[in-house]
Order: sequence, then C-alpha cells, then structure tokens
Amino acid sequence: MLAMNFRGPFRVRADRDKPYPEIKHPDDAIIRVTRSCICGSDLHLYHGLVPDTRVGMTFGHEFTGIVEETGPGVQKLKVGDHVIVPFNIACGTCAFCNQQLYGNCHESNPSATAVGGIFGYSHTAGGYDGGQAEYVRVPYADVGPVVIPEGMDLDDAVLLTDVTPTGYQAAEMGGIQQGDTVVVFGAGPIGCMAAKCAWLFGAGRVIVIDHLEYRLEFVREYAQCEAYNFKSMDDPVVFLKKATDWLGADVCIDAVGCEAEGSKLQTLVGRKLPLTGGSATALHWAINSVKKGGIVSIVGVYGPLDSLVPIGNVVNKGLTIRANQASVKRLLPKLIDHVMAGRLNPKGLVTHRIPLEEVSDAYHIFSKKLDGCIKPILIPPAARA
Amino acid sequence: MKTSPEKYTHIKGWGIDADPENDPTYPIKKRTDEEQAGYSWERPAQQPIDIEVLHSNERPNVSATFGTSTPPAGLSGAIRRFAFKYSESSYGHWVPLVLADRIDVVQGIMADLLKGTVPNIFAEMGWKADLKHNKKGLITKVIVTAVVTTAVIAWLSRKNEPKKSLLRG
Ligand SMILES: NC(=O)c1ccc[n+]([C@@H]2O[C@H](COP(=O)([O-])OP(=O)(O)OC[C@H]3O[C@@H](n4cnc5c(N)ncnc54)[C@H](O)[C@@H]3O)[C@@H](O)[C@H]2O)c1
Ligand SMILES: [Zn+2]
Ligand SMILES: [Zn+2]
Repeated sequence: MLAMNFRGPFRVRADRDKPYPEIKHPDDAIIRVTRSCICGSDLHLYHGLVPDTRVGMTFGHEFTGIVEETGPGVQKLKVGDHVIVPFNIACGTCAFCNQQLYGNCHESNPSATAVGGIFGYSHTAGGYDGGQAEYVRVPYADVGPVVIPEGMDLDDAVLLTDVTPTGYQAAEMGGIQQGDTVVVFGAGPIGCMAAKCAWLFGAGRVIVIDHLEYRLEFVREYAQCEAYNFKSMDDPVVFLKKATDWLGADVCIDAVGCEAEGSKLQTLVGRKLPLTGGSATALHWAINSVKKGGIVSIVGVYGPLDSLVPIGNVVNKGLTIRANQASVKRLLPKLIDHVMAGRLNPKGLVTHRIPLEEVSDAYHIFSKKLDGCIKPILIPPAARA
Repeated sequence: MKTSPEKYTHIKGWGIDADPENDPTYPIKKRTDEEQAGYSWERPAQQPIDIEVLHSNERPNVSATFGTSTPPAGLSGAIRRFAFKYSESSYGHWVPLVLADRIDVVQGIMADLLKGTVPNIFAEMGWKADLKHNKKGLITKVIVTAVVTTAVIAWLSRKNEPKKSLLRG
C-alpha cells in the first residue's frame, strides 16, 4: 500500500510497497484512512529530535477512516463505520484509563512509562505505524474510535483527533476564571485553538505571541484576540508585564514546545546540539510573564531529557504548572457538541489539502512555514475519488 | 480507594486535615485512587510477542499491545538494545538512542541501494515545494550545495598533488 516512509531527519517519502497492516490483537481494527494531518508534533520527529525514531516508520497520529476489518474481540465498532481516531492509544481498563487519563495509558507502550502509546510517533511512544498511509492498524478499537456524527465535515472530524482537544485542554488546564488575562505562546494550530477555547472558559482578554506575521494576522481573526510579534520586542516578558498592568497574566499557555525560537542559548543546546529536552524559550517566557500565584499550562511537547527552565521563579512566584498530552477520548463528546453548535470551527485552520503521494513536499512546506501554511491535511488516493 | 483509619491510630492527627477539594488534578483526572492498589488491574489480552520488543526497565513486562513497525536491526539495533539496559531516567538510555537514530539513516540508505533504488534525497527533502513557494531559499541551497561540492572536489584532487610533486623531485 501507499504509505509515508521516514528515511532520516528532513527526509520522508511516499512508498507504494509498504505491507498492509494486520490484526495483531483480538481488539484491533484495520482502518482505511480518509484524512490524515501533519502536526507540529510530527515536525519534532521530522527534525530528528525524538529519540528512537527509526528509519522506515510511517508517521501520522491525526486521522479519520473507514473500518475495513475487526478482530474477534471487537464488539462495538462495525465494518463500514467512518470514525474519528484519537491520537492516544488507550486500553480503557488500566488504572490511568479508568481515571480518564487516556493520554497516559499503561498498556499501550512498552518502551517508555512516561508516555502512553501514540500512533506513528517513534518507538518512544510505542512503535506503532501511523495514519499517513492508506491503511492503519488501530488497537483497542472499541475504546478510542468514535463514529463521525452525521453532517460533520470530514476536515472538522480529523481535527478532533488532536488539535481541538489539545487546544481545549491547554485552556482547561489553565483553570481560567471569568475575566482572566490569558497569554498563549505559539500561533500554530494548537495555539490558535487554545486562544479560541480560552473564551469558552470566560477569559477577559486573550493575547497570542509568535514571530510569524502571517500566523499572527490569522489568529487575530480566527480567535478574535490580540496578537504580537516577539521579534519586534526587546524583551517579551517586559512587554507582557507592561501590557498587563505590570503584574503579569493570570494564565500562560505554552503551545510551542521544544523547537521554540527567540533565545540563542536555548536554540544551541536544545535544537542544534540536542543536549537537553529541547529549546524551552516559550516556557521560560510563560513562567516569567505569569502573575504571582498564577497558572502555567503546558501542551508544547518536550523531549525526555532535562530542559532549561527558571524553576526558582516557579517557587518564588508560587506558580501552579499543569501539563499533559491531551486526553482526547475524555473531551470528544463535549467538543463534538461545540463543533456541531458552531462554537468551534476547527476546519478553519486547514490551509493545505495535499495528496498523500506528495508527502515530502507537504512536510517541507509545513516545516519551513511556506505558502501561509497553518494546517496541512494529506488525502490518500481512494479518498480523493 | 479508602484506607482504614484504624491502621494509623498510632499517628497522632492522622488525616485530620485531609481536604478532597485540594485537588489540582481536577478535571483532568477523574480521581478513583485505583492506582494506590498498584499494578493490579485485570490486564487486556497480551498481543503475541513475535517480534523483538525492547521494553523500559521501569516496567516488568511488555504492554498488552505494542507497535510492530521497524524492529531493531543491524548496528543501530545493537545500540538500541544496549540503551534499554538503562532506565528512562538515565542519559545512558537516551544518548545511545539518538546515536542509533543517526546510524539508522546510513543503514536506511544501504537498504535502499540493496533494493536497487538510489534514494532521491532532494525529492525526499521536498525541494520541489521550494520551486513553487520558496525560490529564494532554493537558489541559496543550490548555490551552497554547488560551492560545497566544488570545494570538496577541489580538496580531493589537491590531495594527489604532493605525491606528484614528490615524484617530480
Ligand atoms: N500535548 C499534546 O497533546 C499535544 C498535541 C499536539 C501538539 N502538541 C505540541 O504543541 C506544539 C505546537 O503544535 P503546532 O501543531 O501548533 O505546531 P507549529 O509548529 O505549527 O506551531 C508552533 C508555533 O510556535 C511559534 N514559536 C516558535 N518559538 C516561539 C516562541 N518562543 N514564542 C512564541 N511562539 C513561538 C512558531 O513560529 C509556530 O508558529 C508542538 O510542540 C506540538 O508537539 C502537543
Ligand atoms: Zn498532533
Ligand atoms: Zn489504559
């Protein structure tokens, strides 16, 4: 079958000779992919920053598809169902799944206890081939997948696998109270969605920080918020203090992660010579520009090694830090409702629809932020007919 | 899970300030305290372990399901096996894995060649997209590549010169 094939940092291609996936466990299903996104998280893999990313793997953790085959243990999911597949692989029975921590399942990833299984996300997240392919194996098929509601646009559906729940949870973990000032670092798909969701919790003011002018322009419109370019500031922390009556924001959200720009030191040790868990510039700014007693919510992804963060300020300012991989299954019912009611418009983030065959170009465009790219979707040949 | 207070009667004031509202995990975690019982849940059926699976030494077993993409192979595989002797808390785990990833790239190129395909590295890097959306970037890359290639060729051919001059005496 046709599938994305990782060949090394900055090198991916679409090959036609990948074997079809097989049922490996009674609770598996095989799904024929209809839409598959590239995510900012995939860029961390593409740039070679996630340890144990093996050559030959197929990436892709954001996909929708039609059930083609089910294992003998699958009861709810039926062949022919068109489903949203959460990016986290969750067993639904371990102590963590039972507490709705579906992003922290203990029975889906042998390689690391710190992270649950994720489709197409290196061996550190379980070694599963992902959905940037014509077909994909989906474990625990009765747990994660949800049938796409009638009338829902497929582009909205595929953005419910990760972007929408992650942006929403970023705001939720901020513990936003009515009237709070919320600063979101990063105007990628996740930051845009987090800014939009902050209003649902009653934020009084939402400010987004990035350095890509086209994204700042986009988010101002998309999330009806303020947006500023950190490249035009002497010091983003002082800028934000000034903008918030010299006390800082009530809530800061890191929607950037390990490839943050803006500090030479962080870039050197976190990205060029990956000696740390990544460049933590946005997190550093978040901690330093939040109010005393405030909350920092982190959804940006970092590697497993230590990162440079001003932990002393966390202590002295009495901050609360909350972070996680989004628990997609927990949030889906509520978010499907928000989308159907028009309160959230995930498909508005999609700027590129690219044939799966052109996956090399798609990664390059998204990585280099070319052509005004916010969110690219890959479409397999059969889904284009 | 509720513990029985009788167990702690010897500790003065045990539990007197417990406050269920003091829970910063709300609403992310639906607290059941089930994890206090340890690794005791009824596990899903085990996926047959019919390929080599490296598992973290911070767990006693292979998780009930796992991915079957790209099992460890060759030199990079040997390094990965070594890395898994160390815990996720150790540089001894992550640094060798990063090294293995780099070696894997060379193994990947060799595997392509053995299959009779020469990988088109420029196409894999998506340079075609530059042609459409980033002409300036592409021109810079082409010039840099040309300069580097010329420099390398010049340097390689220079290496022969001392010999020649030696011969000439
Ligand atoms: N926790 C989760 O469940 C989860 C899920 C999906 C994505 N993520 C992570 O969220 C992050 C964002 O994802 P995305 O798809 O939006 O990626 P993206 O690459 O499209 O966006 C990142 C944005 O951050 C901007 N940026 C860089 N340095 C910055 C800085 N110092 N301050 C402010 N902005 C800065 C970039 O210009 C870019 O616009 C990634 O780290 C991704 O891995 C986490
Ligand atoms: Zn994603
Ligand atoms: Zn689980």
